[in-house]
Amino acid sequence: MNQAVRHAWVAAVAMFALLFGAISFVQVVGADDLKTNPLNQRAILQNYCNDRGAIIVGGTPVAESVETTSETCKFQRTYPQPELYAGITGYFSKNYGATGLEQTMGAELAGNSDQLFLDRVGQLFLGNQPKGASVELTLDPQIQQLVYNLIPDGQRGSIVVSNPKTGAILAMVSKPSYNPNLIATQDPKAESANINELVKVPGINLNQNVSGPTGELLAPGSVFKLVDTAAALASGKYNKDSVLPNPAEMPFDGIQYKLPNYAGGNCYTRDTAGFAFALQQSCNTPFASIALDLGRDAIAAQYKKFGFGEDVGDQLKLGHAEGNSFPDNLDAPGLAQSAIGQKDVRVTPLQVNMMTNAIANGGAQMAPSLIKALRSPDLRVINEPQPAQLRTSTTPEIAKQITEWMTSVVTDGIAKGAAVPGVQVAGKTGTAELGNGTNNSWFTGFAPADNPKVSVTIVMEGVDIYAGAKLTSPNAKKIFEAVLNK
Amino acid sequence: MSQVSSVPKPRRNVELALLLLALAVGIGANMLVGVDQEKAFDSDFWFQSSLLAVAALVFHGVLRFRAKYADPVILPIVVALNGLGLAMIHRLDAPGEDTGNNQLRWTLIAMAVAIAVVFFLKDHRILRRFTYISLAASALLLILPLVPGISAGEILGARVWIRFGPMTFQPGEVAKITLAIFFAGYLSSNRDLILLAGRKIGPMQFPRFKDMGPMITAWLVSIGVLIFQRDLGSSVLFFGLFIVMIYVATSRISWVVIGLALILGGGFVAAQVFSHVQQRVYGWLNAFSPDVYENGSRQVIEGLFGMANGGLVGTGLGQGRPDLVPFANSDMIIASLGEELGLIGLFAVVLLYLLFFTRGFRAALGTRDAFGKLLACGLSFAVALQCFVVIGGVTRLIPLTGLTTPFLAAGGSSLLANWIIVGLLLMISHVARGPVDTTPLPPTGTAAATGIDTPTEAVKQA
Repeated sequence: MNQAVRHAWVAAVAMFALLFGAISFVQVVGADDLKTNPLNQRAILQNYCNDRGAIIVGGTPVAESVETTSETCKFQRTYPQPELYAGITGYFSKNYGATGLEQTMGAELAGNSDQLFLDRVGQLFLGNQPKGASVELTLDPQIQQLVYNLIPDGQRGSIVVSNPKTGAILAMVSKPSYNPNLIATQDPKAESANINELVKVPGINLNQNVSGPTGELLAPGSVFKLVDTAAALASGKYNKDSVLPNPAEMPFDGIQYKLPNYAGGNCYTRDTAGFAFALQQSCNTPFASIALDLGRDAIAAQYKKFGFGEDVGDQLKLGHAEGNSFPDNLDAPGLAQSAIGQKDVRVTPLQVNMMTNAIANGGAQMAPSLIKALRSPDLRVINEPQPAQLRTSTTPEIAKQITEWMTSVVTDGIAKGAAVPGVQVAGKTGTAELGNGTNNSWFTGFAPADNPKVSVTIVMEGVDIYAGAKLTSPNAKKIFEAVLNK
Repeated sequence: MSQVSSVPKPRRNVELALLLLALAVGIGANMLVGVDQEKAFDSDFWFQSSLLAVAALVFHGVLRFRAKYADPVILPIVVALNGLGLAMIHRLDAPGEDTGNNQLRWTLIAMAVAIAVVFFLKDHRILRRFTYISLAASALLLILPLVPGISAGEILGARVWIRFGPMTFQPGEVAKITLAIFFAGYLSSNRDLILLAGRKIGPMQFPRFKDMGPMITAWLVSIGVLIFQRDLGSSVLFFGLFIVMIYVATSRISWVVIGLALILGGGFVAAQVFSHVQQRVYGWLNAFSPDVYENGSRQVIEGLFGMANGGLVGTGLGQGRPDLVPFANSDMIIASLGEELGLIGLFAVVLLYLLFFTRGFRAALGTRDAFGKLLACGLSFAVALQCFVVIGGVTRLIPLTGLTTPFLAAGGSSLLANWIIVGLLLMISHVARGPVDTTPLPPTGTAAATGIDTPTEAVKQA
């Protein structure tokens, strides 16, 4: 019987061994995941009233904690230029959590990150109020303001400006914007009333995790033809002198539907076209024929190589924003439509900007970056992210060839509005039909074409062709000039 | 059978020293939890600390002259756990709430009952006379929560409470003791029949159907508790208790196999048939999906967040936010302790439980009668299993079920039942560690019927 008692004890000890394992898992191994779980409000509640680090643009805080007279909560989070930076900073609310950088850089801003460990030990002994690190951004405040003003009030749209060689974001804006101060207020009634008002505004990006320049998924339209072009050249079946079929309409076997050519340019003047002409006039049928020739997988592979379908928001520390993957199971008309950026192809403005950067940078796609430096409370730089190549999107030769054609789109094609006197500009427009008579109007491009310093991606949502034309290429010109003249 | 060969030593002074240490832990914790909330040294603190100390010392005094060979480690461990529980419950009391003092009241009542057990129960073997009375009592206790008029109705999805005026009580907590007494009595009388009679199929010796009676009864009781009271935790506890006791009685692994088969079968059917079991399992597996979080898993997830927040060393007593967790002072008190004491502190608490049940098994090894062995073993295993089910639930190792953490969690029935177990284990250990009882056996009956385990262990494999 005693042997059985000992066995029973061993069974009980074995159960306890499992408990020790489970506790270790929760408190040590899995603790970081639990702390950053979006359902977890503890981090916010714990340091809600602490002196949190600032988010800094061009030496000026765009989010900071200021002292209050309240006994219970000594610091209040404020946003001095709320609408201009809301899409980046997000908000820091007691009851609604945090979004944007306030959430993803939460540990650093609160001073809880590992890099600040020594500071925290110091605070422990000196008895100082805990203070978080400051986050300095790559944004240029003047460009950011200019870009914000270029989207008319009441217009939904996004603009991303970046440096193709480093991946640094110079400006990034989405409209409509909102005032994060309304949600960061310590008055819980006002807080919930305000957020309930704001969520009713269509297109507003309260939660950077699901929308905004990094997040909103839009049909790319003709901008997508750059993917087809890169895929065609990479296949070896096409070269710069290839002659592409350019019928006014492309028929398909057995069905009524015909894919029409773009009505806006001069496509109708030729039955065949070279790449230069097809891109300049943004003809549809040449690219549809490339896609049908190469097949779905070749287009999808190039799409992926440019970074589409990948998680871009996280690279900017702005939260989750995967693009759609290139559609599967396409019939011929579906593939043809997808190849011109319609049907189910969806991208984010930031992803289009990254594709443009890859072309500008000789095929090497740099990781996009928003954070220039992390500074401890005593202003010491504790982390300074360096530019890093994310992937190779295409070869230098193909990139150079596409750049040449994109330059001709601006000099001789339908993106003339983007031309800057004395500078070679490379660009591509896009018009994605939304089916209700309005379009998403795109421009993406970079300058100078031979030594790119800046790339610009603009999308205006739900506009007619003429409004779109006015809001894209001419605005790109203004942004190029502003950055290059700095 | 291990026989104490040296002269037995009472070790009461060791107990006193350990007890003072345990009181220092409990009272020190109670002091610390208040420091950050500007309620250190408030009247509750003095009241709770002094009464706990007095009660513990009285208990120690009673042991000195009533059970002087009792295990000296058991009481200090339990006082430390109970003191920590009091401190945490006191800390979690919102202004105007009085759970801390209520818990103290129940602690004193429970300790008084445990002292009474030690005082009046000269020899645990007397309990064997109550084998079938215990069975009846268990049945009664388990049925009570379903009786209209006495039942407190469904609280938090389970029907396990009864109500006397303003007080509620969970009879199932006491039922685990009466069931252990019944099983110990039945099995110590009938183990030979169970062992020897029956058919052998391959390497397994199966018992006769009529000897399976109590096992099937236990299975039905567990299933009944699960169905009628919606209490998953207790049904696991009762069933585990029985399997361990029958295994210890027979040393046959075949019983464990049969028992586990019944558990798995019952569990599988329960998971298919009963929506509340389904919900538990689904909520356990998908705890982090937002819709599950809103409708059920919030409690355990908040507990996990709290424990993660505590990390390795904890936030310090009184400095975390365990109050964000629903039922922080009862179901989730382990998460509260984990948050403020960290992994290190929680390991210490779990180790105290491990030591506690180990001392119980030690008493089982040391005592010379089969009934005492089975009872000590069953009770110790029940405490261990209860800890496993609760802490495993809180850490998401297994689905969360509604059992209390012994000695720590707020709740009177649990305290009472577990302190009675302490009293019984102390008495059994007193007999186990004391000098061999040389008083003559009662004249009637066989050796088995007197409860003295004569060396019949030769009957291992007939």
